[in-house]
Amino acid sequence: MPSRSLVVCVIVAFTAGLVVASFAGFREFLPGLLEGALVTIQITLGGCVLALVCAFVAGLAKMYGPWPVRWLAVGYIEVFRGTSALVQLFWLFFVLPHFGVTLEPMTVAILTLGLNVGAYGAEVVRGAVSSVARGQWEATVALNMTRVQALRRIILPQALVAMIPPWGNLFIELLKATALVSLITISDLAFKAQQMNATTYRTVEIFSIVLVFYLAIAMVITIGMQALERFAARGLSRGRAE
Amino acid sequence: MSSPGTDPGPMPMVRFDKVRKAYGPLVVLDDLDLDIAAGEKVAIIGPSGSGKTTVLRMLMTLERINGGVIWVDGEPLTAMPRNGTLVPADRGHLRRMRGKIGMVFQHFNLFPHMTALKNCMEAPVTVLGLSKDEAAARGRELLEMVGLGGKLDHYPAHLSGGQQQRVAIARALAMRPKVMLFDEVTSALDPELVGEVLNVIRRLGDEHDLTMLMVTHQMGFAKEFADRVCFFHGGQICEQGPPEQIFGAPENERTRQFLRACLEAT
Amino acid sequence: MMFWDWELTAEIWPLLAEASLVTIQATLLGFCLAAALGLLFAIGRMYGPRWLSVPLAGLIEFIRSTPLLIQIFFVYFVFPEFGVVLDAMTAGVLALGVHYATYASEVYRAGLANVPRGQWEASVALNLSPYHTFRDVIIPQAIPPVVPALGNYLVALFKETPLLSAIGVLELMQTAKIVGSDTFRYTEPITLVGLIFLVFSIVAAGLIRYLEHRLNRRVTRP
Repeated sequence: MPSRSLVVCVIVAFTAGLVVASFAGFREFLPGLLEGALVTIQITLGGCVLALVCAFVAGLAKMYGPWPVRWLAVGYIEVFRGTSALVQLFWLFFVLPHFGVTLEPMTVAILTLGLNVGAYGAEVVRGAVSSVARGQWEATVALNMTRVQALRRIILPQALVAMIPPWGNLFIELLKATALVSLITISDLAFKAQQMNATTYRTVEIFSIVLVFYLAIAMVITIGMQALERFAARGLSRGRAE
Repeated sequence: MSSPGTDPGPMPMVRFDKVRKAYGPLVVLDDLDLDIAAGEKVAIIGPSGSGKTTVLRMLMTLERINGGVIWVDGEPLTAMPRNGTLVPADRGHLRRMRGKIGMVFQHFNLFPHMTALKNCMEAPVTVLGLSKDEAAARGRELLEMVGLGGKLDHYPAHLSGGQQQRVAIARALAMRPKVMLFDEVTSALDPELVGEVLNVIRRLGDEHDLTMLMVTHQMGFAKEFADRVCFFHGGQICEQGPPEQIFGAPENERTRQFLRACLEAT
Repeated sequence: MMFWDWELTAEIWPLLAEASLVTIQATLLGFCLAAALGLLFAIGRMYGPRWLSVPLAGLIEFIRSTPLLIQIFFVYFVFPEFGVVLDAMTAGVLALGVHYATYASEVYRAGLANVPRGQWEASVALNLSPYHTFRDVIIPQAIPPVVPALGNYLVALFKETPLLSAIGVLELMQTAKIVGSDTFRYTEPITLVGLIFLVFSIVAAGLIRYLEHRLNRRVTRP
């Protein structure tokens, strides 16, 4: 995409410009920001893994589970999609201790973000599995496979390919949501940005660089997902076999 | 071959006994009686909406029956005997019965993420419990039989329609069914690819003792290949008999009309 | 420690009601900005000259891929460095509006692309000016199908207003935090805020589905 390469050029040019413009001062806040970036990446990775697990469990439970399990899944999905991530974050951070459950801030962060994005992910899973052509299910019946065998060997592998682009978007949403954890005192990139700003007042540079950092991580995710899609779709044609 | 009213003799391989199928108020099959002997090749023809495909789909348990019983190889398909009466079959019975039937679909329904060989190996390994080597050997043999020995590692996307359909036939045969169902298997193919699929079916019929039931528009093929032709109309068998009779001297006016319309189209 | 303090609930309810007005105000202002700006973004990106459409695409991608929270900080803390000092509410609404304008522009792009080519050609044949073509022919056809998608973004925007608490806007979340730090009871305020959001989301989702249903019935494609 032409706009992508342009954005990359902008990032590079911008960063180069900043380095040149404030050569010495750069070292004032850059290490702090990099520390924060590391925390952000950790939370992103943990959250993404949890989101995947929650999405598959909830999505498949909603489609194929017995009715009590299905209702649980629907409840989980509606609650976590219907309330904002920040509210969930604050609830788990401030309210849970009153019920005797005190978690580390990092745990709260990964748990909340994973559950939140997982609820949206459940829809993605459901949509992708439903989009597998009915003929595939019928072929598994004709071959006398059980439902579980059909799901595992035939349906899910095809659904997984369809899921990759929307999951890419969700992972980037999770990345963006990690900024919220700065509000529950976790020293992520957003927190460090405010901290460095308060100590050095290099406001413009700091926030600009922070935005570029996030963009860079987002680009890595996008490129990774595109590569994954290419790998997964080998052999599968985009159109139907008729 | 058995016709209604006479002593059936040995139990037919497939028997439809007063089978009824309705979608809400729309009755698709009405009190259908049909017997198919072991090793018999039956062609089902008729206008669309006459219930022909539904017959196959019910036999493959893709559709539920609303009345009557289907018997396969002497046992009821979706029911089982208990204390002298028939009750709805449990999962074990259903799967055992389903294993006797194989089906080839109009739109192939090959698994796109597997090679031709893997498509043929999948069900023997996961359902029949064959080892990978045994399944591979069986798959190879069948794919060679359908003329695709050189395309074992090709994905469906890289095969022509006719080749895909032949893989679909090999895949169904790998489960060693007693009854093979063919649901308009050449209707989705370009005309020049139809012949290769029909040739495979012909060889299958000649070399194996399979009971074959096919819904088809290929009248010429039905005429030379089938032992019996059933003409369906409005959810019932309008007329059935040997191909010479159906195509040469049809007794029923509707049959005549249908065949005339088919001829005009060519 | 009590499980739930009903007395406190009754006490803070008026506070939360007042704060929800602020939340709603921020939501509506932000959404209006997003809807209007998004349309301009979409038109600029699809039909503008290269020197406009390409940087615009880059800017949209940039804003979409970075956290809203940082963008809020940017508007509130960085703009003053260039002489633009905004109060918290204005800064928040501006950031929300621009951020969601990028999402809205994607939605509008889909809507615009779905207008059949024949409509453009008829406008040319009738010698309509580009302005009138857009105003009277294209936009009235492009917008109705995308209204449900825009509605979803309205709900999403609403759910992101708590971010404004980070720069001190007295909306629902900020009020809840203040109550919490005053009374040391966080359970009631935060849960209530969560419930308010949940109820609003469910109602809005239902309204949007209804709207979609109504719109689909009216629009017939030849």
